Amino acid sequence: MINLIRGVGAKIVYYIDYVGAIGKLFFRTLYWMCIPPFKRERIFLQARVIGIDSLPIVSLVAFFIGVILALQTAYQMQKLSSEIYIANIVALSIVRELGPVITSLIVAGRCGAAVTAELGTMKVTEQIDALETMATSPVKYLVVPRFLAFTFMLPVLTLYANIIGILGGYLICVYRLGIRSNMYLNMTFDSLKIKDLATGLIKTLVFGILIAMVGCLEGMRTEGGAEGVGKATTISVVTSFILIIAADCVFTAIFYFIFP
Amino acid sequence: MIEIKNVYKSFNSKKVLNGVTLSIKKGETKVIIGRSGCGKSVLLKHIMGILHPESGVVSVEGKGIEQMTTKELNSLRMRMAMVFQGGALFDSLTVGENVGFALYEYSKLSHQEIDERVEEALCNVELCGIHKLMPSELSGGMKKRVAIARALCVKPEVILYDEPTTGVDPITAGSINELIRHLHDKFKVTSIVVTHDMKSAYHIADKIAMLYQGKIIAEGSSQEIQETDHPVVYQFINGVAHGPITETIDKFI
Repeated sequence: MINLIRGVGAKIVYYIDYVGAIGKLFFRTLYWMCIPPFKRERIFLQARVIGIDSLPIVSLVAFFIGVILALQTAYQMQKLSSEIYIANIVALSIVRELGPVITSLIVAGRCGAAVTAELGTMKVTEQIDALETMATSPVKYLVVPRFLAFTFMLPVLTLYANIIGILGGYLICVYRLGIRSNMYLNMTFDSLKIKDLATGLIKTLVFGILIAMVGCLEGMRTEGGAEGVGKATTISVVTSFILIIAADCVFTAIFYFIFP
Repeated sequence: MIEIKNVYKSFNSKKVLNGVTLSIKKGETKVIIGRSGCGKSVLLKHIMGILHPESGVVSVEGKGIEQMTTKELNSLRMRMAMVFQGGALFDSLTVGENVGFALYEYSKLSHQEIDERVEEALCNVELCGIHKLMPSELSGGMKKRVAIARALCVKPEVILYDEPTTGVDPITAGSINELIRHLHDKFKVTSIVVTHDMKSAYHIADKIAMLYQGKIIAEGSSQEIQETDHPVVYQFINGVAHGPITETIDKFI
């Protein structure tokens, strides 16, 4: 019993410590963001890696999600003879929920893991220590560009995923289910309000910050060689996924109850 | 110039530094010897302010590193350089960008002037014209030399070397020793070298200090260390399999 309490206590302390470490890194990142010199090229490089290089996989997954959603909705709507509402459901589901969440999960798996592995390897090969010995803050040099790239590229990618997802639904409905093209587009744009788009994109700003902070924190506190890098990468992806889903739950509840 | 007084440091309840006291004079080459894992690299990282002592003081030119502001510490770091054991070259940058890193980041020199300084530093370690290569294209010995060139590029007053000859062939080790000696003679830099390679230690040292069980147990010139009658130092420098060092380990086993 005492061991159980001790174990639970240790876990609670670990999570409090983790939240503290994430918060500390976040504020240090904000601080170093304001300290010159400012090297834009580093941010653009990360934006390319995180944003442009993720386009193919985001396109593929978003398109499939659109197709699946349209088919699944059609299965239900055909029973009610209300196929015309497929457009509304596909558009709202993608723009409000699936677009932001799926894009964030892809970016966390693809880029968050890569950031942890890269920073983790730099840590175990003393490259991060070397940065410090050359009067360079690792937070400024490594974390700030990644933080900015994740935070600003994720909404852009999400917007793109929304369009591709809706296109997937459009193709199924127009070419397989016989809904007229202009009817589908009208229903899509009529159902979508600025609020729907904004709530989806605001969420991704926070998801971007979470992925960047978890990815960088896990990388920078990696210990123990190749095995340590592997463990840190796994923890980074799992933690990012959990935080994204949990944050999405909170946001959806807030948007539903407070801004209906 | 550098004073280390009663420094204690432990990791996960393992005492690594247990009251280290050491001083390094300006222009001196001090070699710190000791077994692998005895805390030599940890000591160097305390001097650079990367690690912080639990108690004790590390001071440079009379000012404690712990009392320095970030700005003061950074300006101190621009006057000091460290050569890491594995080189610690940045994988994503070319050799030239690695060597000129600090200058590209902070100096007001033009790119052309920095490129010239980079080439000069690379030629000093006999690696002229390799600035476009990536670190992954270099051998272990070349990486160590490039790391030395990176340290030289900022024209530091103090260079800390972490096992500069470990893991390279004897000829490369010899040339690295020559290089360290040459840099000391030519640029009058203060050098702190951590090693367990005794041949290297005798070749480059003005003074040798031995770190054992977290403390400096002996200090003297190469000659004095070679003629020591301290049983621990004797066993270590002569590489004797049985003696007080191994007896202590046996006791724990």
